[in-house]
Amino acid sequence: MAQIWKHLKSAPPTAIFGLLVIVVYTFVAFAAPILAPYGEYEIVGSQFELWGEGFILGTDHLGRDMLTRLIYGARNTIGIAFITTCLAFLIGGILGLLATTLGGWVDMLLGRMVDVLMAIPILIFALLILTITGTSQPVLIVVIAVLDSTRVFRLARAVSMNIVVLDFVEAAKLRGEGTWWIITREILPNSLAPLIAEFGLRFCFVFLFISALSFLGLGIQPPTADWGSMVRETATLIAYEDITPLLPAGAIALLTVGVNFVVDWFLHKTSGIRDDK
Amino acid sequence: MTSKGGEKGDVLLEMRGLCIEGQSEDKWNEIVHDIDLTLHRGEVLGLIGESGAGKSTIGIASMGFARPGCRITSGSIVFDGMDLRTMSDGKLRRLRGSRIAYVAQSAAAAFNPAHKLIDQYTETPVQHRVKPKAEAEQDAIALYRRLRLPDPDNIGFRYPHQVSGGQLQRAMTAMAMACRPDLIVFDEPTTALDVTTQIEVLAAIRDVVEEFHTAAIYITHDLAVVAQMADRIMVLQYGDLVEEGDAREMLANPKEEYTRRLLAVRSFRKEEEPPAMADPPLLEIRDVTASYGGEVVVLEDISMKIGRGRTVAVVGESGSGKSTAARVITGLLPPIKGSVLFKGEELPASYKKRSTDQLRHVQMIYQSPDVALNPRQRIRDIIGRPLEFYLGIKGKRKTERTRELLQMIEMDPDEFMDRLPGELSGGQKQRICIARALAADPEVIICDEVTSALDQLVAEEILKLLQRLQNELGVTYLFITHDLATVKAIADEIVVMLQGRIVEQGPKQDILTPPHDPYTDLLLSSVPEMDPDWMDNLLADRAARKARGEKLMETGDQ
Amino acid sequence: MAKILKMVTQRLALGLLTLFVVSMIIFLGVELLPGDFAQEILGQSATPETVAAFRRELGLDLPWYTRYLDWLGGVMQGDFGKSLASRRDVSELIGTRLLNTLFLAAVAAVISVPIALALGVLAALYRNTIFDRTINVFTLTSISFPDFFVAYILILFLSVKVNIFPSISNVSSDLGFWEHVYRVILPALTLTLVIVAHMMRMTRASIINLLASPYIEMAMLKGISRSRIVTHHALPNALAPIINVIVINLAFLVVGVVVVEVVFVYPGLGQLLVDSVSKRDIPVVQASCLIFAATFILLNLTADVLSILTNPRLLHPK
Repeated sequence: MAQIWKHLKSAPPTAIFGLLVIVVYTFVAFAAPILAPYGEYEIVGSQFELWGEGFILGTDHLGRDMLTRLIYGARNTIGIAFITTCLAFLIGGILGLLATTLGGWVDMLLGRMVDVLMAIPILIFALLILTITGTSQPVLIVVIAVLDSTRVFRLARAVSMNIVVLDFVEAAKLRGEGTWWIITREILPNSLAPLIAEFGLRFCFVFLFISALSFLGLGIQPPTADWGSMVRETATLIAYEDITPLLPAGAIALLTVGVNFVVDWFLHKTSGIRDDK
Repeated sequence: MTSKGGEKGDVLLEMRGLCIEGQSEDKWNEIVHDIDLTLHRGEVLGLIGESGAGKSTIGIASMGFARPGCRITSGSIVFDGMDLRTMSDGKLRRLRGSRIAYVAQSAAAAFNPAHKLIDQYTETPVQHRVKPKAEAEQDAIALYRRLRLPDPDNIGFRYPHQVSGGQLQRAMTAMAMACRPDLIVFDEPTTALDVTTQIEVLAAIRDVVEEFHTAAIYITHDLAVVAQMADRIMVLQYGDLVEEGDAREMLANPKEEYTRRLLAVRSFRKEEEPPAMADPPLLEIRDVTASYGGEVVVLEDISMKIGRGRTVAVVGESGSGKSTAARVITGLLPPIKGSVLFKGEELPASYKKRSTDQLRHVQMIYQSPDVALNPRQRIRDIIGRPLEFYLGIKGKRKTERTRELLQMIEMDPDEFMDRLPGELSGGQKQRICIARALAADPEVIICDEVTSALDQLVAEEILKLLQRLQNELGVTYLFITHDLATVKAIADEIVVMLQGRIVEQGPKQDILTPPHDPYTDLLLSSVPEMDPDWMDNLLADRAARKARGEKLMETGDQ
Repeated sequence: MAKILKMVTQRLALGLLTLFVVSMIIFLGVELLPGDFAQEILGQSATPETVAAFRRELGLDLPWYTRYLDWLGGVMQGDFGKSLASRRDVSELIGTRLLNTLFLAAVAAVISVPIALALGVLAALYRNTIFDRTINVFTLTSISFPDFFVAYILILFLSVKVNIFPSISNVSSDLGFWEHVYRVILPALTLTLVIVAHMMRMTRASIINLLASPYIEMAMLKGISRSRIVTHHALPNALAPIINVIVINLAFLVVGVVVVEVVFVYPGLGQLLVDSVSKRDIPVVQASCLIFAATFILLNLTADVLSILTNPRLLHPK
């Protein structure tokens, strides 16, 4: 604890800003029903009411309160992105670690499959699949998680490849330890730092990706409050110099900026320690 | 050298009160403390010390240069009357390469892969406007010949990756000579080379330095090497000067305890044991042929026997297949042909097929303790795991046994039980590796270059420890090494390997006393000794034998 | 030389194989995923007869390999089948849109590549200075922005508040070159802002990596001037990584156009793809996906081949 505090004190302002953003967003996501003045799907006014009393940030194209939708958006958009990233890590991480430890044909097969999947740009692939499967929430999560897990696989494999060739892993193998022990006790603890950093980066990517899909109308579907869709729904206002569509877009940007700042600091920190040795 | 014991020239380089700081984790710590250094024209000064002595940092500072992450904080560096610390960058640049040159440790990395050797040679004289390109090229070829590089007329027109390590190192010495500088800094130029190659490079360097009367700073960790090269020696430790003096005088009569210890290194010898090889050997390799990926055969028809309680040293240079032999024994590399027998019983070829007990009996200690210990496990767990895994020792009994093992390797259990490997020094880590191997209660321990990543004094302590453990526990060792000093110190029997084959094997006395196999002869005679005349005598001897028409083995570098 | 030739041919063969497998995935994706596609399109109310007729029309009653080979044969001759929504030839729909998309990507590339390389090299040379840190914060921020956020900010400032550029990039083939450029300026700028950040960070990292090489230190200790070190010692070795950075980002760009085209209602392939996905117009989706994927694969292949061709160790084998 004291050590964490020490690290935090030496953190650059960008990282502190990032941490602050993450804390606030998490709080808003959890406390959404308490914080929001209205219900998520509640139509409370007429279309596109201006900013002012009653509706601090105005209303959307159906007359729902913008602020309420933004607050619930934090919960939905971040929540779905977070679950998706976790799933992608579970799939990609486990397969990546298995590929390195088992080696041989398992590694070959998985590697080739991932190569082919990665040869198709992720957005294009997602659009193709979603055309066929439709865009219900569970489908969306699974499709994006599977596609994204290829990237996690690559990294997990690369990182653990660097570790698996080290003598202490060879020593464990020669001792007769099983695959499970080697993965959990020898490899995983030593690849945690880059994997955590990657989690941050992957989350940003997935979060931006889902938002982009929603913006295109192919992601999270109405009436769920979601930032990407909200930009799309209010986009016409920009022509009238009304910055309402920039609010949900800015909310997305702010979180990814925050996470990126924290990851950047974390990477600098962990790689710096490695340099000394 | 010409100036050995003779007249000395004027002062060429003078450092006064030099302090250098190094950066670690955003903090600057002083790593070189208040060093004075004087170098005369034509003189060769040896800087010697173990890792962390600051010898390379000081050497490179004589060019007014500090590597990224280092900075010169105080003191003066005066070269031929000019203070390099106050000099403008432009002037400093014109000095480097033309009047002070540098020869790096790894020539393979220090040559630019995108240009031919000769173009990299001519770059300095052309850029410094010393010679036009055509003239510089002629000069390069002459120097290549002078340095005894094979095919001197054409070798310069090759790219760095097309030339062997020892040749590159000589080409780099030639490059440093291009502008006939007043001073050359040699930064461990032979450390990365095999011992039989090293001598060629050393002789070549000494010849040209002598011929052109160039002053040199020769940096090395090996006192025997510096004894051949230097007129004067400075011994450094942790950035401080320990002792300075005339080379011959210091070698004959060291004043400081630290210097004496450096000199005495490699003098450790195990007590002779009666050769007892009666019962069936504990471990036997029978007709093993092995290769990586089935294409290049790295081991061919290897057989050896290792008796209980004895130490067998497998010695060879890089590419000899000695480490591959270890991999075959441990089962990491199943051989194409042949078998490994333990107590007369054939072991499964792959470690995956071996029983826990078979695995337990053959333990391994690695070259670099830094990567042989999991940095995320505490010492208690590292040593405790084999106890639990192999012997089922748990709980309080495990803690007790771990403490015993730590005491056995001369480390205080209270202090070290709960540390992480990152909090230990290199020698301490290697001790932990030994304890981990012992925890399995093995019959055989394979030691793969266990001392070569360590400083000499630390390495010797490890050898003594291993010997004591053998005396007490009767464990059998298979030593894989390139270092003949280690072999002489600890082996009962020696196996000499060259290019995947066994050249010669037998009891230590037989192998070390002439007549030798030609390769063994080359290997043995190439190991530098502390005697400053050793190299001269050796080269004279080799020349004489050649003249008599004796067939001598050439180094792989020619 | 023979070795290089072998490596390049191997890469090319692998690229073709990938392309083939990808085309199969794109075509058969429809097949493998659950749900009766014809039923989905026509809705639950459709009679079994209509569904069957529709299946026949799509050729869904034939075995998959026959249909795949037919389709592939058609694609080879530029025939992608007919659109379900408009009943027009897919190739006709795609033609000019593909050109428009390539035009937009090209304009963005022309702006972004020089800027990114210059900034990346400068940041690497002046590492850890205020300049470098500022650039780092700036690029990190711009990477984090969703494309549409950047796009709407540009629209707000450059089109709504001050009317310099059009916010809707409607182009047609009868426009002159410069008029065309003018109309795509905002989408191109949006892409530039996003891509420059990525490209610049990658350039910086590879140059820093290069400058840490022992041969660069050696050059400094030989007293070689700074400019010559950069041009003579760093550049020949930096070629491969830099080409890689550029090509990877171009590939990125080609895909990045999708969202931007939608924002600016630009008649490109990306917009067509998005529209067709909403309409579940499978033949058009397949065709567009194949084109995007093929471009992506070919660009990556180019990067691979070029980095083989610029590696001195491979150019001058032992």
